[in-house]
Amino acid sequence: MHEIILISVMACVTFLTRVLPFFIFKSKSYPIIEYLGDVLPYAIMAMLVVYCLRSVELFSGNHGICEMIGVGSVNLLHLIKRNTLLSIIGGTVIYMLCVQIIFI
Amino acid sequence: MKKTMREAFIASIPVMMGYIVLGMAFGMLLESEGYSFLYALAMSVFIYAGSMQFVAINLLTSGATVINTIIMTLLINARHLVYGLSMIKKFEDMGKLKPYMIFSLTDETYSLLVSAKTPEGCNQKYYLFFISLFDQCYWILGSLAGSIIGSLLTINTTGLDFAMTALFIVIVLDQYLTTDKHLYTYIGFGISIACLVIFGSEAFIIPSMIGIILSLIYVYQKGGKENA
Repeated sequence: MHEIILISVMACVTFLTRVLPFFIFKSKSYPIIEYLGDVLPYAIMAMLVVYCLRSVELFSGNHGICEMIGVGSVNLLHLIKRNTLLSIIGGTVIYMLCVQIIFI
Repeated sequence: MKKTMREAFIASIPVMMGYIVLGMAFGMLLESEGYSFLYALAMSVFIYAGSMQFVAINLLTSGATVINTIIMTLLINARHLVYGLSMIKKFEDMGKLKPYMIFSLTDETYSLLVSAKTPEGCNQKYYLFFISLFDQCYWILGSLAGSIIGSLLTINTTGLDFAMTALFIVIVLDQYLTTDKHLYTYIGFGISIACLVIFGSEAFIIPSMIGIILSLIYVYQKGGKENA
């Protein structure tokens, strides 16, 4: 029973964090909020890249070599072909080969 | 409508790869703690928040208090507040679908919606909706698969979750190549790397978001909106 309560609580609070900005800025539009809505995606996507790579150890283990190769190949593929799916699948396969075969 | 669904499916493939793998990891972990697939299903349908659900396993097994659970959920999901800010405009015309769009706004769905350009001949409203819906389906399927057949699986999927990193990189690169709003990208990288160094990998997201918002407001007040 306690588990069901906890799951419900997590569901409600998670939704609350998602709905709050819509609720607060619903009635009126503020220039600053429109500006933030416009430019935040650029900064936040950069932050999410850092978030994904946050546990890379530059100074120990493999020194993040696989991550560098992976990030490099995604960029390279995308600069050459500009095909989102190809860049993602290609980069992921190269990264997987690196972590599974080369560094074990 | 068929075309819209098909185009939304194609747009969602990168998240499919990531979500099925991460969902399976979640399902397997939950199952290994002795919870049946019904828990995985309920959590992926009603909570639907990747990192939160991993933390939820700890909360459930340790029998956390309700207050504790509320605080943890708020801390982990505080970043959602920022996602909503950039979707207020985009969701304006969603009508009856709006509550679901808000409910399903995960990091990955956010990244797809931010960069979504509705293909010609597709209904924008349904295009965005199907992207969000498909994403949640992948997450649910992944977590169910993980908790039901996870222990039987022998394929080595190590590194497959890099697909998510690759997706984010491609979006940043596309933003960089197709607009000249580079300043904001630099602010994002600069502040989050600084916060990562200062606060460490488990606690840098919230300081980063605060730092990013403050810097953007600073740029705005300096008249950066016209110059950038």
